[in-house]
Order: sequence, then structure tokens, then C-alpha cells
Amino acid sequence: MKLPTPTSCAALLLLLCLGLVSGCTTVNSTVSTVKDRANRFAEQVDPFENVNRKTFEFNDRADKAVFKPVAQAYADTVPGFVQTGIGNFFGNLNDVWTGINSFLQGNVQDGFTDIMRVSVNSTFGFLGLLDIASEANMPKHKNDLGQTLGVWGVPNGPYVVIPFLGPSVTRDAIATYFDYYGDPWAYMRPVSVRNTGTFVRLVDKRAGYLGSFSLMQDAALDEYIFVRDAYLQRIAGQIETRKNYKQLRDEDEETQRQIDEDEAAAKAKVEAAAPKP
Amino acid sequence: MKLFKKCTAVIAALMLCMGMAHAADEGPDSLIKRISQEVLESAKSDKDIQAGDQSKVLKLVEAKVLPYIDFQRMTELAAGRNWRAATPDQQQELVKQFKSLLIFTYSGALSQVKDQRLEYKPFRADPADTDVEVRSQVITPRAGQVIELNYRLAKSAAGWKIYDINVLGAWLIETYKGNFSAEISKSGIDGLIKTLTEKNAKLSLNYTKKS
Repeated sequence: MKLPTPTSCAALLLLLCLGLVSGCTTVNSTVSTVKDRANRFAEQVDPFENVNRKTFEFNDRADKAVFKPVAQAYADTVPGFVQTGIGNFFGNLNDVWTGINSFLQGNVQDGFTDIMRVSVNSTFGFLGLLDIASEANMPKHKNDLGQTLGVWGVPNGPYVVIPFLGPSVTRDAIATYFDYYGDPWAYMRPVSVRNTGTFVRLVDKRAGYLGSFSLMQDAALDEYIFVRDAYLQRIAGQIETRKNYKQLRDEDEETQRQIDEDEAAAKAKVEAAAPKP
Repeated sequence: MKLFKKCTAVIAALMLCMGMAHAADEGPDSLIKRISQEVLESAKSDKDIQAGDQSKVLKLVEAKVLPYIDFQRMTELAAGRNWRAATPDQQQELVKQFKSLLIFTYSGALSQVKDQRLEYKPFRADPADTDVEVRSQVITPRAGQVIELNYRLAKSAAGWKIYDINVLGAWLIETYKGNFSAEISKSGIDGLIKTLTEKNAKLSLNYTKKS
């Protein structure tokens, strides 16, 4: 049996010491690492947090003072079918830009569906007041330039809270400016009609979120962080889905086919086993 | 004769067990469909709930939905690395408070149900999977507003249990991770428990008075 050499002894001792020291510091560093990680995440993703929080609070105050009460009054007093009509009308206009973006993202099938939606709803749906297309198995999509840029690989950029409009990311905030030019209503004249329409459109939109807003306020411990994290998750998921739309669609079709086959087979079994009259 | 009776009793008991076992073999997608349907139908048909009786919504949730949710796992996931740093007492209190918050939030969502309907997307999973995702959509009459609603379930000894919910593209527990870690870095785990307790106290005011 060989005796341990002095060098290997020293090495072992060194390792032992290092182990002890790192063990001591590990406990403390775990707590500070968690804090660091949280701070680093916030710095990477939300370097403008201070400004964003102020804008967020401003939006909240403006919402409580003006937009929410107006939207609530709209939701409570305007007849349901009128609200639906207004929603459908502006939804139809949205479909135009949505379709263009679907094409830009390479999703030809969705793009054609969007074109069909606009055609059907604008004609048979009385200029979009009725959403016949949805019932005719042409599902509604929602797309914009920010999503298109995301699909093309443009990174989010820092999180920003836009005055009045709410959570966004730098890429999408810039894209929203250009979304305006893809909106048919922007070209509406006279300007007074356009502005009134825009106001009604925004009120209707806000009314649609009355429920989910109050739910969020109930659920969140820190509303700012809650909205930020939920929003970032949401757009990341949307962009992923749009990038993989072909694969996901094929998978869904395949699964549905299997389900139908299984059901048909089960039905055949039952009928075969049933006593003959 | 006695032996024969004993045999039949044993066989009957076995068949009963097999029947029950079969019920426990309910797949995760059928489970979600079943409890969603039960809950939605109850919420829509109950006059008190439609009139705004929150306490009844709470009872409905506790009876029909609670048994299928794994609150322990949800709290662990939301707390992340901080879970290990918590004492067993803190962990227990955290689960209790987070559970209350989630029940209040879910009941709040349920009490807004008027005339929505649910559609399910094709369920993709291997029969041998123990961690699955069930995807559905809430269709509202409002200008084709479609709300994505997905569930993550894990198979435990007691059957399938929900451990995360996705609304409008955001996983709830993932979103709570940020809130939890922010609270903890501000005021520690006890601070988080305190914040949750105060929030629950405020929310419970909505559910104790009858409208």
C-alpha cells in the first residue's frame, strides 16, 4: 500500500478547506442569489421599471376616474345587441390588418380566412355589424405588426407601459404607431365622425375587459409586477404559437383524426355486440 | 353453504372495487370537462349566484372543484427556491393563505359567468403521461371574444390534480412567482404570509355579505 504523498495530502486539505468555506458562504449566498436573480431579471427585462411604475399608476388613476366608469355605464345601459354590433363593426375593420399580418408571418391559411371574414361580414354582415363568418367556421384572429416583427425574430426590447394604452414592449410600442396606418378607420372622413367612432371603439373595448380587470386586481399582490409578468408570458406564447402554427395545426388535425377514428371504432364495436333483432 | 355465501360476498366486493377503480381512471380531459360542465351549469342555473350571491359561489367551488386542485404543489411552484428556505410552519401557513387567495380569485371569475360557453381543443397526450395539458376556450358573445383557458394536471395517487391554470396566455402560477419573490425580497417569507393574509381578509368581505 502506497502512503499518501505530501502533495496529495495538501491537495486534499485544500479541497476540504474550500469545501467548508464554500459551504458556509452557500447558505448566505442562496438568499442573496435569489434576490440578485430577481433583481437581474428585472434589470434585463424591465430597466425602465421606475418610469413604468409611475405610468402604470397614472393609467390606473385615469382608468378609475374616467375610462372605467364610462365603460361601465356603456356596458350597463347600451342594449346587448348594439354592443355586439359595435364590437363586430370594429372587429371587422381589425380583420383587414390582421389578415395582412398573417400573410407577413407566412400563415397563408389564416390570411385567407381573414380576407374571407372581411368579405363575408362586410357584405352579408351589413358592413360588419353581424359576424356571420365566425358562425360559418371562419375563426377570428387577432394580429398586429408587433407580433409580425416578433415572428421575424425581432426581440421584445425592454418592457414599457404606454400612457393610456397600458403594458407593451419596446418593439410593439413602436409597431403600434405603424398599426395605425393599417387601420381602415384611420382614413374615415369627416374627422368628427372618425373621432367619435374611435371614442366608442375604445369604450367598447374597455367594457370588454371590465370583468378581467377587476379579477386581476383581486388576484394580484403587486399589480404592476403581476400585469408585467402575465403580459410578457402572453406575448411570448403568442409569438411561439405563430412561429409554429403549421406544426401545431397538423398536430391538432392528427389528434382530431385519431379521436374520430377511436369513436367510430367504439361505435362499431357497440353495434356489433348489440343483439340482432 | 356458508363458504358459497362468503365467496359471493368477496366476488361482489371485488367487482365493486373494480367499478370504483374504473371511475378513478377518469382521464384528465374528461375530468376537466366534467367539473367545468358541472360548475358552469350550477353557476348559470342557480338564481342566487346569478343575482350576485358570492357566498354561494364559494360553496360551489369548495364542493365541486377543490378536491381536484393540488394547492400544495401550486404553492411550492410559486414560491420557487424560497420554499426550501421556509420552515414547515411557514410552508403550511403559506399553502393555507395561497389556497384562500386562489379560491377567492376563482370564485370571482365564476361569478362573472353569464352566457359563456366552453370549447375544448383536441387533447394531445400519451396514455402513459403523468403530466398533461388540457386546452379549452371560453367563447363570449362579445364580438367573438375568445379567452384561452388551459390546465396543467399531474397524476397523483389520489388521481389527476390541477396544478396550474392558463388564462389569456399567461400561466397563473408562473405569474405568481414574480409576485412571491418580490414580496419575499422586500419583507421575507413572513412578510409574504402577512400580505396574503391581509389580502384574503379584504377579499372575504365580498363573500360574507349577502346581496
